[in-house]
Amino acid sequence: MSLTAKDMSVVKALWGKISSKVDEIGAEALGRMLVVYPQTKTYFSHWADLSPGSAQVKKHGKTIMGAVSDAVSKIDDLPSALSQLSELHASKLRVDPANFKILAHNIIVVTAMLFPADFTPEVHVSLDKFLQNLAWCLAERYR
Amino acid sequence: MRRSSNQMGPGGVGLWVFKLQTGILILQGSSSSGHAETSKVSNMVEWTEFERATIQDIFSKMDYESVGHNALTRCLVVYPWTQRYFGNFGNLYNAAAIMGNPLVAAHGTVVLHGLDKAVKNMDNIKATYAELSVLHSEKLHVDPDNFRLLADCLTIVVAARLGSGFTPDVQAAFQKFLAVVISALTKQYH
Repeated sequence: MSLTAKDMSVVKALWGKISSKVDEIGAEALGRMLVVYPQTKTYFSHWADLSPGSAQVKKHGKTIMGAVSDAVSKIDDLPSALSQLSELHASKLRVDPANFKILAHNIIVVTAMLFPADFTPEVHVSLDKFLQNLAWCLAERYR
Repeated sequence: MRRSSNQMGPGGVGLWVFKLQTGILILQGSSSSGHAETSKVSNMVEWTEFERATIQDIFSKMDYESVGHNALTRCLVVYPWTQRYFGNFGNLYNAAAIMGNPLVAAHGTVVLHGLDKAVKNMDNIKATYAELSVLHSEKLHVDPDNFRLLADCLTIVVAARLGSGFTPDVQAAFQKFLAVVISALTKQYH
């Protein structure tokens, strides 16, 4: 389900609206994921505090959304944009790709919470497709 | 396909065993607090006080028509292959058409009233939905994976309505409730 030109422009427009809260979205989505999908905590056994709002969760949520924002800016060529991160996830992090879908769901939930008027069904479908494509590119080097 | 050197990540073997166990727990589809034993104890879902109160609270304040309409519309737009079940609904050509379609609105309400049965019978959802499960399988021929898609859309619509009130714990309770409903709806498929 590749991104159409319309999807790309919808996602970029959305990012324009939410850019001031991108860090908050990342922190909230990650924190939420750890609560609602406790199996995802297995990747963070080296953290002291996995509760939503903890310093480590906030920092890492910001890191993740920073990378997502970067991908938005390079949305016409996601495979190259994500090539290094894919290498990292494949060889070092080895996060099961099923979890990309879980995090994407939580990013979407938080975006809907913070921007209910902007997150129409049309915006939702484009963001969903974008995150799916992003996940696909992230898993590119896995095997 | 490239692989780098054969190093284990942090936690090594232990992490993989944990993942395997967790994977098995998920496969068992346990909708209760994650007990792995398949045993002679009751199959009933266990709800905490918080979960019960949360579900009752959300649904008691919900506008079933509006939420039903919005959730079903969102599902048909975001996952267009779900339109296959609504061939006789007329114009579903684009998002605006779907949103404005009175049959979609009416059906959204039907779905939410169906959910209401589970809200009122939280300790017996499986039995409550036995007939509905047969209906969805034998008559409507709905792929059960689609239940999850509609459930996700419902979660998002409720999240948008509750805003900051949709805390992580509330989300967990809501998604657990929907997972139990989906499990019951899928029960009679064969």
